[in-house]
Amino acid sequence: MFLTVTLSLLEGFLGTIKLFVLTLLFSLPLGLIISFGSMSKIKLIKCPIRFIIWIVRGTPLMLQLLIIYYGPGIFLHMNIWGTDNTGRFIAALVAFVFNYACYFSEIYRGGIQSIPVGQYEAGQVLGLSRSQIFFKIILLQVIKRIVPPISNEVITLVKDTSLARVIAVYEIIWNGQSFIKSSGIIWPLFYTGAFYLIFSGLLTLLFGYIEKKLSYFR
Amino acid sequence: MQILEVNDIRKKFDNTEILKGISFNLDEGQTLSIIGSSGSGKTTLLRCLNFLETPDAGTISVRGNMLFDAAIPVTDPEELRKKRLHFGLVFQQFNLFPQYTALENVTLAPLLSFDGRSKDEIIANAKEILDNMGLSNRMDNYPHQLSGGQQQRVAIARALALKPDILCFDEPTSALDPELTGEVLRVIKELANLHTTMIIVTHEMAFARDVADTAIFMDNGIILEQGPAKELIDNPREERTKQFLSRLSQN
Repeated sequence: MFLTVTLSLLEGFLGTIKLFVLTLLFSLPLGLIISFGSMSKIKLIKCPIRFIIWIVRGTPLMLQLLIIYYGPGIFLHMNIWGTDNTGRFIAALVAFVFNYACYFSEIYRGGIQSIPVGQYEAGQVLGLSRSQIFFKIILLQVIKRIVPPISNEVITLVKDTSLARVIAVYEIIWNGQSFIKSSGIIWPLFYTGAFYLIFSGLLTLLFGYIEKKLSYFR
Repeated sequence: MQILEVNDIRKKFDNTEILKGISFNLDEGQTLSIIGSSGSGKTTLLRCLNFLETPDAGTISVRGNMLFDAAIPVTDPEELRKKRLHFGLVFQQFNLFPQYTALENVTLAPLLSFDGRSKDEIIANAKEILDNMGLSNRMDNYPHQLSGGQQQRVAIARALALKPDILCFDEPTSALDPELTGEVLRVIKELANLHTTMIIVTHEMAFARDVADTAIFMDNGIILEQGPAKELIDNPREERTKQFLSRLSQN
């Protein structure tokens, strides 16, 4: 039984990791674009973006999942996600990417704005272009500063993926819970915690390594 | 030979006029020191020369080439980049790049500028400059491993590596412990002996008198008095200059 449960949970965990990896893959760069928008000098760009960030950060992710999945069908009478597993997964991915990109954008903004203006001016008087200043001088300093808050968000994301099951996306908790109905046992559900723990432990080690790698300068 | 001509520079911030028509000339190989109390516009003037601020009026020309004319604004960033390379600037707060070693700080801009020099040439040149600054054993250190005086010397080397026509210093020793100012001033004095054209904003009066050829006393956005450095600092003509210098020597 233990083996059966473990294999089933591993299969579910694959779904968790897929959602986790794809969310990061899209939300990390999207967050940077949103952060540039939220720092824009043009009010027509800045204000709507700040408004969206407020909405996304101010409402529960679970609600966002439901609205993104059911919203198009209810309000536009278009079921853009289809009815199969892939459609539900994509809907969940969109909600996660959007939600996390907004959180990341605020972390980026804090990181970028914490770099002293003297760093930009030193680059300017040395005749560097705006993009050279950003990529050769500013970016690494920003990365160093945002690694701790980003690692926080990333570890939160590991556990947030379990919310996807409100729109019936298969992940590890879904699989663990199914044993209650099928076999009348609850321990598989608790057993899922071990998977989360091990995975977030590995991530903690990874972020510790990155922090250490960047500790050669201040 | 005249290298710099600044004519009637004016600059306003939110309706406060910081520079009220600044004009002066500088000869090649000469050192000019700018003195005056805080808020007199010294730093703003230096920032205007380095294109960190855009003057509202006036012109700046180097070797007879008009670099800045408030009437004809430069909008092309590439053109602006080329123009600002006539000037170098050493900041009060050093502003070294923390993720690069002393040597990398000096080579970064020349390597990115594609000025025709090879990488080896640029590195050899940077090492030579750092060597002259007394930093030959510090080249591979990161800024946080250096003392303030060493950091400022790296910053001077970084500015020199681009071979500017005119090197500007914005209170280069104000952020340093008193016992570290000497090493930085010595380096600047050395540069003066080599006839580097320099403009130095400083509160070190003894240094300004000994090193600079000419001096400018700024007060409230105008040049109140200018002349040979020794004469201006030892025997100021204007009452306001006397007041400023005597208050400074009391401290």
